Amino acid sequence: MLEVSNLACSRGDHRLFSGLNFNLHPGQIMQVQGANGSGKTSLLRTLCGFLMPDEGDIVWHGQKIGELAEEYHDEILYLGHLNAIKDELSGLENLCISAGIAGIELEEKEAVTALRRMGLRGREMLPTKVLSQGQRRRVALARLLVSDAKLWILDEPLTALDVGAVALIQELIAEHLARQGMVVFTTHQPLHVAGMEMRILALS
Amino acid sequence: MKKSSMLDLLVLVIRRDLVLAMRRRADVLTTLIFFVMVVSLFPIGVGPEMDMLRKMAAGVLWVAALLASMLSLGRLFSADYLDGTLEQMMLAPQSLSMLVLGKMAAHWMSSGLPLVLMAPVLGLQYDMSMRALGVLIVSLLLGTPVLSMLGAIGAALTLGLRGGGVLLSLLVLPLCIPVLIFGTGAVEAASSGLSIASHLSLLGALLVLALVFTPWVTAQALRISME
Amino acid sequence: MSINWFKYAAPATFYGLAGKLIPWFAFPAVILFAVGLYMGFFVAPVDAQQGEFYRIMFIHVPTSILSMVFYLVMAGYAALGLIFNTRLSAMMASAIAPTGALFALISLWTGALWGKPMWGTWWIWDARLTSQLILLFLYLGFIALRASIDEPRRADRAAALLAIVGSVNVPIIYFSVKWWNTLHQGATIKFSGTSMQITMQHTLLIMTIACWLYAIAVVLARVRSIILERERKTEWINELPEVRL
Repeated sequence: MLEVSNLACSRGDHRLFSGLNFNLHPGQIMQVQGANGSGKTSLLRTLCGFLMPDEGDIVWHGQKIGELAEEYHDEILYLGHLNAIKDELSGLENLCISAGIAGIELEEKEAVTALRRMGLRGREMLPTKVLSQGQRRRVALARLLVSDAKLWILDEPLTALDVGAVALIQELIAEHLARQGMVVFTTHQPLHVAGMEMRILALS
Repeated sequence: MKKSSMLDLLVLVIRRDLVLAMRRRADVLTTLIFFVMVVSLFPIGVGPEMDMLRKMAAGVLWVAALLASMLSLGRLFSADYLDGTLEQMMLAPQSLSMLVLGKMAAHWMSSGLPLVLMAPVLGLQYDMSMRALGVLIVSLLLGTPVLSMLGAIGAALTLGLRGGGVLLSLLVLPLCIPVLIFGTGAVEAASSGLSIASHLSLLGALLVLALVFTPWVTAQALRISME
Repeated sequence: MSINWFKYAAPATFYGLAGKLIPWFAFPAVILFAVGLYMGFFVAPVDAQQGEFYRIMFIHVPTSILSMVFYLVMAGYAALGLIFNTRLSAMMASAIAPTGALFALISLWTGALWGKPMWGTWWIWDARLTSQLILLFLYLGFIALRASIDEPRRADRAAALLAIVGSVNVPIIYFSVKWWNTLHQGATIKFSGTSMQITMQHTLLIMTIACWLYAIAVVLARVRSIILERERKTEWINELPEVRL
């Protein structure tokens, strides 16, 4: 369970938000809403531990994430604006390495299955620089299939995806929530998860 | 799916970076070519008198290796920073210092090691004796990893900055001076027939110190830069 | 009287304190400089071996020592800033840097002025001067890194880390330069080595204290302007008479 209390963040001289409080329980999904520049990405990055908040605490299962450090990293999956894939490597290599860095030894078969489910059949071995933007995003999102992280922090995951891929991601999120996972995300496109009550956090 | 250990992670990172270096061979080769060019510039600049060149050889080769290392350090973290893989590494459930050590090792293997192998060939242009060439290789073998590691701190601090490579060199070159002094000292001692042991052991000591401290310091620098 | 030190860790209170303290350092500095320079250039006796030219030492020696001390003080403030996350410590570190660099530069310049009559050349690669040069590079690196980073928090912390790494390296660099110097049987600029005349010792002491006082005054003034710049969006700044037009 994620508990955030009295969180305040700034970028440079500029205070983005303060006094933020929320809890997230297993099986829950929360969307962070706000205008451009309201601090959505900064909030997500603070949840990851990249940014130090000015005030407040982020507590995971009763312990501050600062103290948990690597143990907390083990339980989260972050997908930002950048795809985090190497152009020179194939989708397969990228996925295996991403998984490896996250501490998971992935077998080639499992990786191929994941990439195929993401709609990349026949393209698993191509260097990602020859794939389209949408296909690269799919390679990046393939991590969702092989990760065992409990908390997914997704910053605009649907960028560059077509309708089919959007439906697939919604399906994956639903599966994750059914497994008692948690999701915090931002999006500029509509994202609906079947049968799920979406919590909203609005940053003014 | 099973969980991997710290050693597995180290090997994974080294292999990843080496594969990437192989696929972007141009980056690796340009550093090497720069090294060769700088070494060749000196005789053109100061004249081809063999006596003078022989005396300058150790210094020229070492300074050129230093400059080439500085140039190559820009790409240690920048590509990963730009495509988002660096932030994923910072979210790894293992010690970031270990990952950084892996990147440093791979960087040295793809940038420093070629310099070490090229240097004796260039040393012949300066009429260095066999003994001097041998000691040159050993001193570079001990010293270039230290340069990579010190440079990694600079690379981490200057991540994404406009000043880029020049700023990195400005920050790191003063720190590399001890390596330069002991490295050239060893080669000059060999040329004069004096004992090389003290110089090489000092280089070795620097290498050990660097191995112990620089990965952690670089990890902190990365965290500061990624905020 | 117990002073609540933490109160002064806030930029707002320190601004006022620094302003009050500056005259207490600036005026004595001017007086001591006048006294010291007069003694150094007119009163102290001519040296048996080095003639009149040695007098430049009265500027060279204090600035050399202090440039090294200031680097350590700067690194100390930087470390405080990193550990306790206090903005003021980082501001103090950036305030010290230009003064430290200036002292290093003066030390090099006066070293050259000393060297010319002694050795006939404008520069001598002795261990101390070379170390001084490297120290100047370390200062310039610190200043350059700060200047290159736009985001203030990252600038503070990155430069702080650099200062700490630099200060750890300073002994290693100094040792290696001495090693290099003995290997190459290089020149050494050293004052006569015999016990110094008592007047000369006093003059050196006065000049050193004068430099300290000057440096403190300048650093306090500089940190005030840094505070003004960094805190310009806060309320208390806009209440100040010098800001309200």
